[in-house]
Amino acid sequence: MKLKINSSLLVLFFLVIFILFYKSLKNTNVYTPEVSVEKDIPFFNSIIFNSEDKINSNEVFKNNQFYIFNIWASWCVPCRKEHSYLMQLSKKRNLKIIGLNYKDDTRKAKKFLNELKNPFDMILLDKDGTIAIEWGAYGVPETFIVFNKKIIKKIIGPITDQTLIEIENLTK
Amino acid sequence: MKYLKYFLIGLFVFNSNLASAQEINLHTKITKNLRCLICQGQSVYDSDSEFANSLKILVNQKLKDGDNEEQIYDYLKNKYGEWILYDPKFNKKTYFLWLLPILMFIIGGAIIRKLFYLKKN
Repeated sequence: MKLKINSSLLVLFFLVIFILFYKSLKNTNVYTPEVSVEKDIPFFNSIIFNSEDKINSNEVFKNNQFYIFNIWASWCVPCRKEHSYLMQLSKKRNLKIIGLNYKDDTRKAKKFLNELKNPFDMILLDKDGTIAIEWGAYGVPETFIVFNKKIIKKIIGPITDQTLIEIENLTK
Repeated sequence: MKYLKYFLIGLFVFNSNLASAQEINLHTKITKNLRCLICQGQSVYDSDSEFANSLKILVNQKLKDGDNEEQIYDYLKNKYGEWILYDPKFNKKTYFLWLLPILMFIIGGAIIRKLFYLKKN
């Protein structure tokens, strides 16, 4: 009797482990940071693209204005695909698009913009990538929608048809 | 007097070397405990991705600004979540992780006790 209980317990134990492992097989273990919204934008100092002027974030972001903060680089392939969406968004009057040129060569960045046109109202430089970290970004491209100095949406990866609609709805 | 001057210069050089060596050690320790989010499974210290390199620069800056290890972890946890740390802190999400080995040790101990010691008596 005791043996029976023991062996059935053993079977149950392995069954539980099997189910647990089997279920975890399908889980992806690639972690993406939680999309933390309603967070205040970080304070940072930067240099304006195409000039030597220094600027800080308080001078860039004003209240009662929608901003799209886009991290891009000329070496980043998805940024090319995303660019047409940014051009579309740049036609909207109530939006300002701020670009953060991430670890890029200024000459190549200029070439990129000449080729694909410039959707940005202002471009800031991030030579060593630390400003992107301040924003909690970890790759290019990443896009933040900012209102009243708060992040209201964060898009990891390039803008798509779907996220374009979301952005347009958010910034109406 | 001349010797004293040399001695002081020597002492200064030696001390500043020591101080920067400590800083490098701390930098290594911190970056080894940070997970690279681009190449997951590698630490920031081991990785050479753009993200990891920027993070190394940032940790360096923070150390120079006088932040301690705990402050840097808190700062990055706030940005990227607990997952960026290889050594997670004890809280309500991680208590099971921390207590499981102790629990297993206790249960194992109980089984051994039951099997060997109690049988003898």
